[in-house]
Amino acid sequence: MATTNAPPAGTKPPAGTKSAGRPPARAKVRAGQTRRRRNALTAWLFALPFVLIFSVFMLGPLVSSFLMSFTDFTSRDIENPLAVGFVGTDQYAALFRNPQFLHSVLNTAYFVVVGIPLTTVLALALAVALNNGITRFRTAFRVGFYTPVVTSIVAVAVVWRFILQPDGLLNVILGWVGIAGPDWLNSTTWSMPALILLAVWRNLGTLMIIFLAGLQAVPGDILEAAEVDGANAWQRFMRITLPMLRPTLLLGTVLLSVGFLQFFEEPFVMTKGGPLDSTLSVSYFTYNQFGFGKYGLASAASYVLFVAIALLSLLQFRALRSKD
Amino acid sequence: MTIPETSAPLPAAPAPAAASTGTEPAAVVRGAVPAGSTGGSPQQRNARRRSSRRAPARRTLTYAVLVVAVAATLLPFAWMFLGAFKTQGELLRRPITWWPEQPTLDNFLVWFNELHIGTFFLNSVVVAVFTVLGNLLFCSMVGYALAKMDFPGKRFLFLLVMVMLMVPGVVTFVPLFVMVSKLGLVSTYPALILPFLAAPMGVFLMRQFIMGIPDSLIEAARIDGAGELRTFLRIVMPLCGPPLATLGILTFLGSWNNFLWPLVVAQTEDMYTLPVALSLYSTGQNATDYGLLLAGSVLVITPIILLFVSLQRYFIQGVAATGIK
Repeated sequence: MATTNAPPAGTKPPAGTKSAGRPPARAKVRAGQTRRRRNALTAWLFALPFVLIFSVFMLGPLVSSFLMSFTDFTSRDIENPLAVGFVGTDQYAALFRNPQFLHSVLNTAYFVVVGIPLTTVLALALAVALNNGITRFRTAFRVGFYTPVVTSIVAVAVVWRFILQPDGLLNVILGWVGIAGPDWLNSTTWSMPALILLAVWRNLGTLMIIFLAGLQAVPGDILEAAEVDGANAWQRFMRITLPMLRPTLLLGTVLLSVGFLQFFEEPFVMTKGGPLDSTLSVSYFTYNQFGFGKYGLASAASYVLFVAIALLSLLQFRALRSKD
Repeated sequence: MTIPETSAPLPAAPAPAAASTGTEPAAVVRGAVPAGSTGGSPQQRNARRRSSRRAPARRTLTYAVLVVAVAATLLPFAWMFLGAFKTQGELLRRPITWWPEQPTLDNFLVWFNELHIGTFFLNSVVVAVFTVLGNLLFCSMVGYALAKMDFPGKRFLFLLVMVMLMVPGVVTFVPLFVMVSKLGLVSTYPALILPFLAAPMGVFLMRQFIMGIPDSLIEAARIDGAGELRTFLRIVMPLCGPPLATLGILTFLGSWNNFLWPLVVAQTEDMYTLPVALSLYSTGQNATDYGLLLAGSVLVITPIILLFVSLQRYFIQGVAATGIK
């Protein structure tokens, strides 16, 4: 770009244009510059509505939250934001000394570490079954497994709270096989597994569709060749399908972990973070601190979560790219 | 027919399934034909038909497992629909009942006659429609600029969009609320719509698709004297049907189910959207009126389920294309 804008003084024009070319070339350069400037203006005009909305409603809040995390901003400072004190990284230090925050980190880790493998394995099993195992009703199954994804969490929570009651539907079904189910949502041990179950149920469909798209891109002739060579279905899956599905698997898990790390809606509608903070996530902790008016601390907590998500995504994307 | 290195040593003896296919080479494509492909040569189709006769036991087992799994997935919905027609007495009775003993519409009638569900429904529709229209227009405009134009700051703008995709909602939540309340927009449609009017995900989606449109097409329009706006409206937009369908559907879904933000900014009853109304009623004085809540849930999810079932192909294409729900 820069070289066409203003040709460096020392460069000689090509032999053919030497005699007569100079003045017209300069005029052309000037015309080019004008055109480029006009094109840039047009491009920014196309981007303008987005840029305005993006700056005001996303970038602005993102920056002010970042700045807030280095201050002792509380809800009382809203009227006079310039009066707040700069406290450096004190909020971050306070955060990592806060037992409730550390508890919420552990809870989020529990949710992510159990929830992601569980969702991934189940979604992959369903995708493989739909792709290879059956020939009919594929659409009906796909719609069925995807339905929980499209439904409102609030509506879903109503029925799940009802199902998870001590003598509710889930425990009745467990009773059929001789298991006495716990009081899911009021037990510090079982509240998190119940929310993981709900999250798996809600996210299975998305991941299954992504995997199904990936499976359909696995070339048939390779599988065919392996079968000719006597590989059984399991060997074909482990040695061919799974390695070729790697990018899709990574994409799926990146998306899922970005979502799962922000774990919030499930406890918000089901348990309010309880009992005894056993389902309090980092997002929920942050939300509560905002509610208490401790904006500085809440902003710091939200940035810790942001950094965790960004780092995890970067790591996973690097792994993804190194395989391409 | 080469085997990639990943499939290294394989047992010498052919698997029984492969052995029984005899000498006809086409018969070994079992399982190799991508699902959903309706095509394939007649030989391939024959092979598939033969293979389905070959492993009926395993196929039956797969069907059985899938049917049980899909039934388990849909059970909460069945429970919701059945429960919505039960009386409060029946819902509280133990042991639980499956089929409503005295089916009643009372739960629904309360929503229609006493709780202004029409207003909530209208709010949800207005917010969703404007959000969808805004995203379709603004995301494709900036997507076109990012994909097919050169301008200073382009890389930086795209980088910002990508970063924003990773920002957790809770980071911007309160500064956003403070700003909206300072602007005096609390409990107005703009507060419910503006923050979602141009989603970074949509920009990404539109840019990726428009990049795939051949430059020659756009050059041709420019040479013919069409300005950028004309090129965009006459050449680019008509080709963007599939991503616009995806974006429209995903945005509608997100808006319809959006919950936390509307809960905070819709502070007067005339501004509630459906999820907000349901959430407030389920924590308020009606918290134990299960029939009412189940009926409310049915009313919230039925429109979106109908939309999903009728447009399921586009939903699924969209999810497969973007990986983002």
